[in-house]
Amino acid sequence: MAELLRTHPLEAWAAALAELPDEVRITPEPFVAMVDVRVPAAASEGLAVRGTPLPTAPNTWTPTADGRMVWLGPDEWLLTSTGTVPHLLEEELRDQLRPVGGTAVDVSAQRIGLRISGTRAREVLAKGCSIDLHPRAFPAGRSAQTTLGQAGVVLLSLGEEGFAVLVRSSFAGYLASWLLDAGLEYVPLG
Amino acid sequence: MQLIACPWCGPREEVEFTYGGQAHVPYPDDPAALSDEQWAHYVFFRDNTKGRFAERWNHSAGCRRWFNAVRDTTSYRFQRVYRVDDPKPVTP
Ligand SMILES: [Zn+2]
Repeated sequence: MAELLRTHPLEAWAAALAELPDEVRITPEPFVAMVDVRVPAAASEGLAVRGTPLPTAPNTWTPTADGRMVWLGPDEWLLTSTGTVPHLLEEELRDQLRPVGGTAVDVSAQRIGLRISGTRAREVLAKGCSIDLHPRAFPAGRSAQTTLGQAGVVLLSLGEEGFAVLVRSSFAGYLASWLLDAGLEYVPLG
Repeated sequence: MQLIACPWCGPREEVEFTYGGQAHVPYPDDPAALSDEQWAHYVFFRDNTKGRFAERWNHSAGCRRWFNAVRDTTSYRFQRVYRVDDPKPVTP
């Protein structure tokens, strides 16, 4: 991927996040290409996009060869890719989806990802999120669009590896501060 | 806090939702043929039901989809939710 001369929205929080103990590991994810895909619901069943069938069950996501495919609505998905630059991914998807009446729009600048793992990850998230995050109710492959603290997020369950949170770039600093505060009680004294 | 069952996402807290007014208000077949008074009735006039009321709701903090719900305006309880293309449920 081409070197992007951008400052990561969480650069200023990286040092503080790195201080958190292993029970609450919060790691900003690097920039990835993200494209919002709309496909008429009738045409989406069984449709493979970039080699992976679109997840048509509400509130689920599927890993792809180099990214994720997240259900956002009955006719809307978010595709991420670490191996493509945004405008090429947009073009590629547009070409593929045009025949079935679909659209693709580059939204890479809208959201940034955070990885939250560790034995206390679920407890930290539960302080500001009303979704039941127990592995029985929210196993790997489940997703939810909801609020965490005061920020709207897309929450993905990665199973054993914890959670990924996609948040608007302009809310990322707020969310990082909120997570640092929520994780404070697990930081050993002294 | 009351939970509202989005037809797509399932039960979520009510703060995730936005109210959209009375459901099943049909767009006029020929808007240009309406008098100003008839147009005003279409745009502004709504029922003020006490009891079960069919309403539009939007899951604005979640999947951002519109759906319909029958809610009791005296108890605030949701009786049922259904998709916008489903017919209005018959309520006693
Ligand atoms: Zn929903």
